Parts: sequence; structure tokens; C-alpha cells
Amino acid sequence: MYHKTMPYRIFSIFNNVLLTLLSLLCLLPLYHLLMVSLSASAPANAGLVTFWPIGFTLEAYAKTFANTNFLSSLWVSVERTVLGTGLALIVNTLAAYALSKETRVFRARNIYLWYFVITMLFSGGLIPGYILILKLGLMNTLLALILPGLVAVFNIILLLNFFRTVPKDLEEAAFIDGAGHFKTFIKIYLPVSVPVIATVSLFMMVGHWNAYFDGIIYIRDAEKLPLATFMQTIIVQADMSKLDPEAVKNLSQRTIRASQIFISALPILLVYPFLQRYFVTGIVVGAVKE
Amino acid sequence: MVLPAAIMVFIFSYIPMSGILMAFQDYKPALGFFNSEWVGLKHFRYMWENDYFLQITWNTLFFACTKIVMNLIIPFIFALLLNEVRKMALKRTIQTLVYLPHFLSWVTLSGILIDILAQTGIVNQFLVSVFGIKPIFFLGDGSWFRFTIIASDVWKEFGFNTIIFLAALSGINPALYEAAEVDGAGRWKQTMYITIPALIPIGIVIATLALGNVLNANFDQIFNLYSPLIYQQGDIIDTFVYREGLLSGQFSFATAVNLFKSVISLILIVISYRLAYRFAGYRIF
Repeated sequence: MYHKTMPYRIFSIFNNVLLTLLSLLCLLPLYHLLMVSLSASAPANAGLVTFWPIGFTLEAYAKTFANTNFLSSLWVSVERTVLGTGLALIVNTLAAYALSKETRVFRARNIYLWYFVITMLFSGGLIPGYILILKLGLMNTLLALILPGLVAVFNIILLLNFFRTVPKDLEEAAFIDGAGHFKTFIKIYLPVSVPVIATVSLFMMVGHWNAYFDGIIYIRDAEKLPLATFMQTIIVQADMSKLDPEAVKNLSQRTIRASQIFISALPILLVYPFLQRYFVTGIVVGAVKE
Repeated sequence: MVLPAAIMVFIFSYIPMSGILMAFQDYKPALGFFNSEWVGLKHFRYMWENDYFLQITWNTLFFACTKIVMNLIIPFIFALLLNEVRKMALKRTIQTLVYLPHFLSWVTLSGILIDILAQTGIVNQFLVSVFGIKPIFFLGDGSWFRFTIIASDVWKEFGFNTIIFLAALSGINPALYEAAEVDGAGRWKQTMYITIPALIPIGIVIATLALGNVLNANFDQIFNLYSPLIYQQGDIIDTFVYREGLLSGQFSFATAVNLFKSVISLILIVISYRLAYRFAGYRIF
């Protein structure tokens, strides 16, 4: 009824325009950067580029991909994202499956649950963590980037809340047919939990791809730095000491910086649209308990 | 099945917890944990008597509290407005776009912000040509730095923070709206008496849970945007711990500061979960 009245129609038009502008505002900075990266370096440095490229060229991208430090960092990031997400998925879903059981099935459930939750509430902090990695001899290795964050308690909670919504009948039927816990987990629970697993994987992938700080403190060699750390050192800290002089000459250009920023964001831009349809259900079902 | 996770957590979370004892020592890497000298509360006393520490505690509280308030109000209003968009295609497009910045890292975003907020960047060019003012030094001037930190955080997170409100909106029984229409309520009245009251409980839960975060002002954001120029207005506890601890090698002092922060946060989290449970029946698992 109300949406046929004149004032509501006017409001509606204003509202749609306002929200469209707001959502474009979330995209514009990235878009502007893309345009800078596609422009010739003279107009870009002079700040003439706004919303289309001036003197269109792919030179910045060619130079970025000719930089061996950039390429090795890109590879380290791919490696840590794939390995880190894969391992974490195995470890966290297994734990979540066990913790989703009632106390009469899994007697120590509550003890374990608190054992995990405490680490969410309290941690030793930066320095003891650093000393641990040092003492374990993991400095300057890929494992230092993967192992410390492997167990993500928040993700376990999302997963276990979702597992609990799986109908008990499915599980009982599987048990009657002679399946054990492992088989039930793999054949029944995992296939029906796609939304939450997609959500959690997205969180883990984005987390690994974006992580830079562990790279700063645990990695010494330039060719072992993950991409985010590499970007952080050259763009934010403007610390070129880790790189060879020839590379530095190229990096100082605005178009090349822009192309690197854009490339580092690209995997997320690509994966995100496919997974985002899951995460509303994934998060909501996982987080809100009836 | 919990064993792999339990072992990893033991190594990487519980062993470092014992490391907090360093806060009561003068830890020397050469002597190690067992031979370093015990000094009791020396580092904590030094912390209290340090004016700069009070300053960064205040900065931390200021950033965290302002962000908490803004990240509650703006997503709330945004969710209400988005709820009025009737065209599903448009609504979905808007949603997809506003969630996006949440997934980009602060490294990427600070690269972008440093570029567009520079003296010759696009934002200043726009402001100068439209309003004819002098270029603003967004990242180098203390009060502008604070503004930039809060504005960019809101920009990054407001979309994603609406998800929880949208979920609450989709849970409202449509019969309520139908009944209100029959009784002659317009959209404004429906919003005032049905939609807003339905969102208040989840708003309270978010606000209470945020209490545990008042000492977290987002290390990643500040660390990637600050510079020695604005330490006085921009430094927070976490960035201070990093510089004192890892860069200056004051392991014990940094651990003491961290321990102080963790203990206060822990107390606040416990209180906030209790409150959230009492007022809204909220539990995490």
C-alpha cells in the first residue's frame, strides 16, 4: 500500500540513488588505482589520471612481472594460502565435528571446548610467540607462517554450530549401515556443510593472502617473503634495503606501485564473488543460535 | 579427532602463555628464560610512571570507542535504508560492493590511501578545485590522522557490519507489517514501531560484545598508516609493544605492557559476555 504513495516514491528514488553512490564509493579507490596502473608514467606522476587511463600502456605490469622479488613473493603467498588453508580445514573441521557431539557421546567435550576458547580470550602476546618460533628453529621457514594460526577457534565455533543443525537421523542411518565416525564425517557431514565450509575457507584464504606481519617478524630473506609483506615493506615502509638497486629504481614509480597493489588485491577480487553468496547463510546459521 | 587441533593449540597458544612470566624478569636472550633475573613489578611500575604510556592508552581508548560507536550506528542506518530497496538485483549489487573492502587487507588499502590522500593525490585535487582550500596533510597532521583512521575504518567495515542487521531484518514476521498496514500505518510508522524495535536486541548484543575490544584499536590499520610525525596522536598500545619489544629489544617491558592489556581485555570480555547473556540470551556456543 504505502509504496504507492507519492512521498514514499520520492523517498525510494532518493534512497536508491544514495545507496548506489555509497556502494560505488567502496569501489572507486580501487578503480582509480587500476586506471593509474594502466596509464603512462608521466601523466600518472603529475596526478592527471582520474577515471580513465591517459596514454594507455601495460608497461607497469610488464615491469612488475619482470621483477624476480615480486614473482618469488607471489609464489610464497600462493604456497602458504593453499597449504595453510588446506591443512587448517582438515584440522579445524575434525575438531569441530568432535566438539559438535553431545557430552554423552563425547565425554570430555566441554573440557576441550574451554581449552580452545581460553586461547581466544587470552594469549601470551607478541614477544613470547616470537621467542617460541625462534626456539623451535622455524625462523625464515614457510612453517612459521602456517603453523601458529592453524587452529582458528572462531572458525571451529562457526563449523560446530553448523554441524549441530545437521539432522540427527542422517547420522543414525549411517551408523546403522555400519559407518564409523570418520566415514559419517566425510560422507554425511562434509557434503551437507558446503555453505559453512565455503565461508570458513574464504576467511582462511583471505587471512593467509593478506597476512603480512608474520612475514615481517619471522622471515629474513627477500625471496621468502610473502607478497603482502613484500608490499608492506616497499609501499608502506618504503624500505628498499631488502631489494637490489635495479629493482628499487623501478619500484619508485607510481604506476608500478599501483599495478602491484592491484595485483595483490586481484585474487581476492576473483574468489570473492563466487564465495560471497555462501557467507550470509554460513555466518548467520553458524553464529545465531535459536 | 580433536587431537591434532589440541596439540597445535598447546604448542602455539599455551606454551607462549608461560612466556608472560618474562614480564616479571629482566629477560636477556643470552641468559634465556631460566637464568634471567627476576625483578618483580619493576616493569609495571615503570609503565605507570610513564607519561607516554598514559598518552597511548588514551589514544587506544579513543580510537577503539569512536570506531565501536560509528560501526554500530552507520551499519544500523544503512541496513534500514537497504531494507527499503525493492529491486532485488539492485539490492544484491549494492550488498556485493559494500562487503568488498572488508576482504582487502590494510596493506593493500593503505597503499591505496597513501596514494589518494597524498598532497597531490586525487582527494586533495578534488577538495582544492571544488572548495579552493589548501591541500590537507591527511596522514601527517595529528588531528587529520585521527579523522582519517576512523573514516577509513568505517569505510572498510560498514558494509560487512550490516550483515548481522540484515539477518535480523529477514527474521521479522511479515504478518506484523500486514497487520500494521491494515491498521493504516505508513512506512515511517512501520519502521518506527516494527523494524527498529526488532533490531534493538541485536544492536545491544553487538554493543556489549564490543566492550571486550576497547583496548584493541586495530594494529594493522594504524601500523600501516602511521609515521613518527604523528606518534603523539596516533600511537596505540599494540604498535608501542611492537616498537619497544621487537625493534628496541626490550622483551620484558613489552611483555609487561601486553600482559596488562590482555588482563584488562579478558576481564572486559567476561563481563560483556555475561551482560550479553543476561540481556539478550546470547551465547557463543
